[in-house]
Amino acid sequence: MACSGRFLDSFESRMFDLADGSGTLSTKLAGIVGESNREIGMASGSQGSGHGGADHAHDAEERGMALKVKALEQLLVEKGVVDRAALDRLVDLYERQVGPRNGARVVARAWTDPAYRMRLLADATPAIAELGYGGSQGENMVVVENTAAVHNLVVCTLCSCYPWPVLGLPPVWYKSPPYRSRAVKDPRGVLAEFGMTLPTETEIRVWDSSAEIRYLVLPRRPAGSEGLDEAALAALVTRDGMIGVAPV
Amino acid sequence: MNSIHDLGGMEGFGPILREADEPVFHAGWERRMFALAAAAAYAVGFGDDHIRREIERVPALDYLESSYYELWYRGIASLLEERGLLGPGRAQGLTPAVAAADVERVWGGGFSTRLPEVRVQPRFETGDRVRARNLHPHGHTRLPRYARGKRGLVQADHGVFSFADSMARGDGPEPQHVYTVMFAARELWGADAPAADKLYLDLWEAYLEPAAEAGR
Repeated sequence: MACSGRFLDSFESRMFDLADGSGTLSTKLAGIVGESNREIGMASGSQGSGHGGADHAHDAEERGMALKVKALEQLLVEKGVVDRAALDRLVDLYERQVGPRNGARVVARAWTDPAYRMRLLADATPAIAELGYGGSQGENMVVVENTAAVHNLVVCTLCSCYPWPVLGLPPVWYKSPPYRSRAVKDPRGVLAEFGMTLPTETEIRVWDSSAEIRYLVLPRRPAGSEGLDEAALAALVTRDGMIGVAPV
Repeated sequence: MNSIHDLGGMEGFGPILREADEPVFHAGWERRMFALAAAAAYAVGFGDDHIRREIERVPALDYLESSYYELWYRGIASLLEERGLLGPGRAQGLTPAVAAADVERVWGGGFSTRLPEVRVQPRFETGDRVRARNLHPHGHTRLPRYARGKRGLVQADHGVFSFADSMARGDGPEPQHVYTVMFAARELWGADAPAADKLYLDLWEAYLEPAAEAGR
């Protein structure tokens, strides 16, 4: 990826010129450049390679994102808009607590409890709340069920809409142009890229969740899983299965 | 707005690049940007509609070259600039900053745009034949280009929600029903699409007209 100078030239300079004197974003940025160099070096070293997410993040660092975000944080803390401990808590909540294991528990419950499955398919939001999950980006949930005849696939063509309470934050590929552009027009081609080839007689239902409803796919229970309990079943369920790009 | 973010149906972006064992965040600044956006939106009162409006205004080449949280930075910084919050002085008239002890309760409660107490008569019901209007607004909209002018079937009525387009303009909620509309893949993509395949899209009532009215 090319490194873009436009980003700083146009937007930043306009923003940084808004006001001078102490307490502005430009002052904050200038003040922390020196102290942050070492930190940026460490962050760059932690990047992987060869994939969209890591590459993009690396380019972003070359564009000075670590400094800009640090300056913005310092400014908003001083202004009383945000509280640093609350930021730590938000990161922790979505990095460690909320994730696809939540959705896997919902799926496993639906596989083992027919009455729960009915409630989940009829009105997903309260059924998911029964297991303790809900909130931001999952306020209005719909669960769609895969069957022998129907396969469901979820995308957000306009943005990155994703059911956070049950799946956590979305992976980079879900938010990126290749998936967002092709999932609606060529879902079979997309599924083939994920290693899934469906028979032509299987009906594919693509859910473009660009508005206010968030979708979770209920995958088919795998053959041979009859003896497993709910916890063992949950361990079989993947994030990709609940987006609809994997069988389970 | 007919900008680059409206990607549905396009080709030419290459293969889907997946990362094995992908971390939730790829750098420390992504963690901070995620949390900053969430906490600032809470205090200042930005909705997703506002942030998306700003991200959609990012020039196309920058949009494609930027990482996800870089776009969040641009969206949030631009909104803060608009509210005069990037200059000197303490911010006035905002919701007090969310405290760490309240984070789980607040985000666990969510920020639904559904308005269950507002009664609006629905214009459509399940099974109605509808057509997505051929609208090309300059501002934020959730009606993707690929669906405009296409005929579908109302699949569900999700009740009354605030309207993303008017919220993003700052014109208030304009409460109206949101429907799931089912489109045949062939209606959207032509005769080469598999006959049985379907696409489901959630659409506000303002995006829809009865199919019979189409062309008038």
